Amino acid sequence: MKLTTQDVEYVAKLARLDVTNQEKEKFTAQLNDILLYIDKLNELDTMGVAPMSHAIAVTNAFREDKVAESLGTQRALANAPDARGEFFRVPKVID
Amino acid sequence: MELYSLTIHELQEKIKNGDVSAMQIAESVFSRIDAVEERVHSYIRLMKEEALAAAAKADENIKKGDIQPLTGIPVALKDIVCTKGITTTCGSHILHNFVPPYNATVVEKLSAAGAVFVGKANMDEFAMGSSTETSYFGPTSNPWDLERIPGGSSGGSATAVAADECIASIGSDTGGSIRQPAALCGVVGMKPTYGRVSRFGLIAFASSLDQIGPFTKDVEDCAIMMNVLAGYDPKESTSVKTEVPDYRRFIGGDIKGWKVGIPKEYFVEGIDPEIAAAVKKAIAVVEKCGGQIVDITLPHTQYCLAVYYIIAPAEASSNLARYDGVKYGLRTADARDLMEMYTKTRRQGFGAEVKRRIMIGTYALSAGYYDAYYGKASQVRALIRRDFDEAFQQCDVILTPTTPTPAFKIGEKTDDPLQMYLSDIFTISTNLAGIPGISVPCGFTAAGLPMGVQFLAGHFEEGKLLQIASAYEKNAAIEKRRPTL
Repeated sequence: MKLTTQDVEYVAKLARLDVTNQEKEKFTAQLNDILLYIDKLNELDTMGVAPMSHAIAVTNAFREDKVAESLGTQRALANAPDARGEFFRVPKVID
Repeated sequence: MELYSLTIHELQEKIKNGDVSAMQIAESVFSRIDAVEERVHSYIRLMKEEALAAAAKADENIKKGDIQPLTGIPVALKDIVCTKGITTTCGSHILHNFVPPYNATVVEKLSAAGAVFVGKANMDEFAMGSSTETSYFGPTSNPWDLERIPGGSSGGSATAVAADECIASIGSDTGGSIRQPAALCGVVGMKPTYGRVSRFGLIAFASSLDQIGPFTKDVEDCAIMMNVLAGYDPKESTSVKTEVPDYRRFIGGDIKGWKVGIPKEYFVEGIDPEIAAAVKKAIAVVEKCGGQIVDITLPHTQYCLAVYYIIAPAEASSNLARYDGVKYGLRTADARDLMEMYTKTRRQGFGAEVKRRIMIGTYALSAGYYDAYYGKASQVRALIRRDFDEAFQQCDVILTPTTPTPAFKIGEKTDDPLQMYLSDIFTISTNLAGIPGISVPCGFTAAGLPMGVQFLAGHFEEGKLLQIASAYEKNAAIEKRRPTL
């Protein structure tokens, strides 16, 4: 076992996911299976191999600094579960 | 012959000759939808009203002599591409009420080319799946056997074409999500080179792997769709400023003297014997067309799945952090503070597979594990890409099976994620290397299920894929069967 139920709890907290006890157990087993499979990569010696982060070598994709049409406050807020005036509204952050 | 069963190029011919109107085509497609949709469930949302208005507009344009490449052609859109003013769910509860304020670039391009949008096609939640069973809106059935899965994640886009509920469709492919369902549903599906088609307005899953592409009834239609979709987009910084050829000119070209690579790693244990036999036959057809078969090796093939299941979930965990109940989509009703709003909204909004991948990705990126997982996977990814670079020194295109098995039963693999992930074993390497791939029908199993052969080429060589795929399609003369629904 690479991952304990406590690890799963910790990762869920990092991921901002509320998981039930039942999910915790299921995820622990399934994530262990997947991680065990992924361990295969350690068979390979990758000393000195430059990591690949992108499929195509595109660097510095600049464009001209021109003012163009933007979304605007009203349209940006249109999908908000709770909005007031020009703001997204959320539950209290600090007591 | 019903209009809904025709191809883009056949319908365009009829429109040009004044034999049919865009309205007649739209009505034909919607009558077909009325007849079969209940059983197949290709769509999350139909856009009949908008489609009939667009068809009327197309007919006005036709009268004026303004006929674009897709004028009057009914096209389905995977519900992962943003449509202005039309709910776009990504197959998820968390976006069940999201109405995009803008169109994806591909939607703009298709619209400018005259396409008539039929509806938003069903998909695995956030494109995470190989069977379309993880959709919040329920599974899609394979039109060839309703008890079987259509593949995924673009399952609805594949079945909509296979069941004649549209003429062509749009999907997205992160690890096989266009090619795998295309093979399992008996249609043509292409994943273009990374950067060939703009991803602006495509809801992100794994940003270094995602690519939009078409599903069509034949290879010529694929070329027509690619002519519309491909090209640089200033709104998308990873789209590439490489010239776009007229893809149609590759149709009908011969492949005499082409070197066709057969990677030995793709013909190993676990492959269904009927698929192995069908692909062998496909190799013989290619040879008959003048292709020269060369044995090649892609030595890191066995590591592709492991690399993918680090990179894709890692990128997904980051991309899906935005679903927090603040700016759009679902928000939980019972939260006492901000943290609880985040965690409960995400618990209620995401399905099991999405949660699983967020968890893997978060773990792989967390402090102390980054180098061991993401770092290592990115290095092996470089080796996989190098395999392809070396292979394309020896051959023009590569030929492989698209899937290891035909369509499996609904529910068969839902409890075993690793078994489900293995469905993509032949398609994932393409996304990791960023190269283009196409799946073309190569026959039917004894039980009547479709099978697909896959062609792969170097970066921006979609033309080569279309040329060999069309030569294969013509000479293989695969029996023209339609699903009985």
